[in-house]
Amino acid sequence: MKEFEEILKNSSNWIKGIPASPGIFTGKAYIYTKEKLEIKHGEVNDVDEAIKSFKEAIQRSSYELNKIFGLAREKMGDQRASIFEAQLMILEDPQLINSIEQRIISERREPEFIVYEVFNKYLNVLYASTEPYMKERALDIDDIMQRLIRNLQKKRWVSRIQNDAIVVSKTLTPADTILFSRNNVKGYITEHGGLTSHAAIIARSLDIPAVLGAINSTSLIEDGSTIIIDGFHGYCFFNPSESQLKYFKTKQEKIRLTQKKMEGINSLPAVTTDGKEIKLFSNVDISGEIENVTSCGSEGIGLYRTEQLIEELGEFPDEEVQERIYSDLAAKIYPLNITIRAFDLGGDKTRLFHPHEANPFLGLRGVRFLLENEELFRMQIRAVLKASVNKNVKFMIPMISTISEVKKCNLIIKECMAELDSKGINYDSSIQTGIMIEVPAAAVMASSLAKETDFFSIGTNDLIQYLMAVDRGNDTVALLYQEFNPAVLMTLKFISEAAISNKLPFSICGEMAADPMAVPVLIGLGFESLSLSPSGIPVVKQIVRSLSYSKCVKLIKKLEKLESEKEILDTIEQFFITHKISRNNLIF
Amino acid sequence: MVRQTVRIVNKAGLHTRPAAMLVKIASKFKSEFFIEKDGYSINGKSIIGVMSIGAPYDSEIILQFEGVDEEEMAEAIYTVIARGFEEL
Repeated sequence: MKEFEEILKNSSNWIKGIPASPGIFTGKAYIYTKEKLEIKHGEVNDVDEAIKSFKEAIQRSSYELNKIFGLAREKMGDQRASIFEAQLMILEDPQLINSIEQRIISERREPEFIVYEVFNKYLNVLYASTEPYMKERALDIDDIMQRLIRNLQKKRWVSRIQNDAIVVSKTLTPADTILFSRNNVKGYITEHGGLTSHAAIIARSLDIPAVLGAINSTSLIEDGSTIIIDGFHGYCFFNPSESQLKYFKTKQEKIRLTQKKMEGINSLPAVTTDGKEIKLFSNVDISGEIENVTSCGSEGIGLYRTEQLIEELGEFPDEEVQERIYSDLAAKIYPLNITIRAFDLGGDKTRLFHPHEANPFLGLRGVRFLLENEELFRMQIRAVLKASVNKNVKFMIPMISTISEVKKCNLIIKECMAELDSKGINYDSSIQTGIMIEVPAAAVMASSLAKETDFFSIGTNDLIQYLMAVDRGNDTVALLYQEFNPAVLMTLKFISEAAISNKLPFSICGEMAADPMAVPVLIGLGFESLSLSPSGIPVVKQIVRSLSYSKCVKLIKKLEKLESEKEILDTIEQFFITHKISRNNLIF
Repeated sequence: MVRQTVRIVNKAGLHTRPAAMLVKIASKFKSEFFIEKDGYSINGKSIIGVMSIGAPYDSEIILQFEGVDEEEMAEAIYTVIARGFEEL
């Protein structure tokens, strides 16, 4: 990490963007410039010929899209491929086609001009909308229009792209992203777009590194030149120096070796040297990551964040869609367990629903939103229940701050169960439903809460932010976001003691669970289950296997007496050294 | 001509799936069908049209039908919207 910062400091041949999909690659840049549409708007002599060429363009476009749709389904699954299905429906819209044809006949002008005009009527409405998903929709419709016009101009894809190239472009449409992947593209760099753009989602699910929002990349990077993409940090290096090439080559090799070395550990259990078993679960965002869950040697999914579905689909999934997705996941992971977290909307999660809060982190988020939108909540509960038939599903409510919230949720869940009963629908009647402890008020009331619920899952990211009253996205105060602050440690200890004395299962699902430094602390506090991103599991497992539980308990006794994060970190560091435990932290 | 105002009752609003549903039902009838929202009027048999109006939960849209089977068509469309596109 230090080396990386030095490289940045000592050079200026890099562009910073958003790390949208992880991975490192050194290769030749392929600057992809979309030809700007030049639209002929003159009159046509032969109207019949114009109509004929319009019909051919529709056919050709449908053919192309069907191919892309097929490719997308094969590479990313039906759910995410539905982006392309909607585009196909537009090409079959009789009203749209009719009005374009009528105008070609009555105005006798170039079909491409008419297509442009008619589409823009709709696009202008969408672009004017303040809803983010309406704008996303506009991009998809714009893509269709461009495709139609290109086909009217009889231009074909110029995707004569060499294998193993890194694509550099101003923007990437979902279709571009999928098509390029066929040429074994090794990275995507774009000037526009963010984490939630379709291109980012696709790159992640294809496991191709991507850096988006890299300003001026198409002008700074030369076509065919060697560049380095670092999708972990969100950087690209152009005209790299020998030392940079060497650094990233070593890094890439290290990552490969670590992954290979870790393959051996995947089948081994996470047990301490004195025989205490620690269950390691995966946090999962999108359905595509499921392969990682089983291949990294985890015990199942400890956190499935459902709000990501909304971002992914660009709309709220109905009960049927949810049921299908949850059932599918539960089936794929069976006999392992999956813990589905109810929609955690609000805060920084998604602003699809109510963008007008002055202080969203303290606003209508998590369970508050769910209770305020009860029908939507019930829809999700019913979908989760229906997916629980094989008894490997748990359900979890985010952002609990009071006991009455838990009681309300439990009542609603009971009512949903009764509803399913009355319809004769099967579900797991003993499904475990737990709560997230991430609000300090809930931490303080942990003992009482433990009597109302089936398990605790501690969300350390939010808990630390609320406990320290710090927004870690705010540079000026971010240093106060301290995972190892004594107050954080004492709070975790308080919660775990409350859970233990009530014989309640408890686990942790924040980033802290993936921090090698935190592993002995969490084990010493009595955690028997951790949930983290699949890529972190091998490292954590290796550490667990080299720790002794009794020594971790002693470590906590020491840490309790300390008064600053620095002292605590130093003591943990010393603990690793004394016990000769390596913190294999190669993958950043 | 049949003209009536309806309220969107499903939480997700008139997003892509309901839009497609509406268009599919509308296509089965002969009458003309228009949807009015925020001063725009779009053809209810056109997916791109229906997709370009934003009708969130609890908003009102005006439906207008004209043709030989306008009554039946209005009934069918009204029912599916009132049922929240089977999302309730």
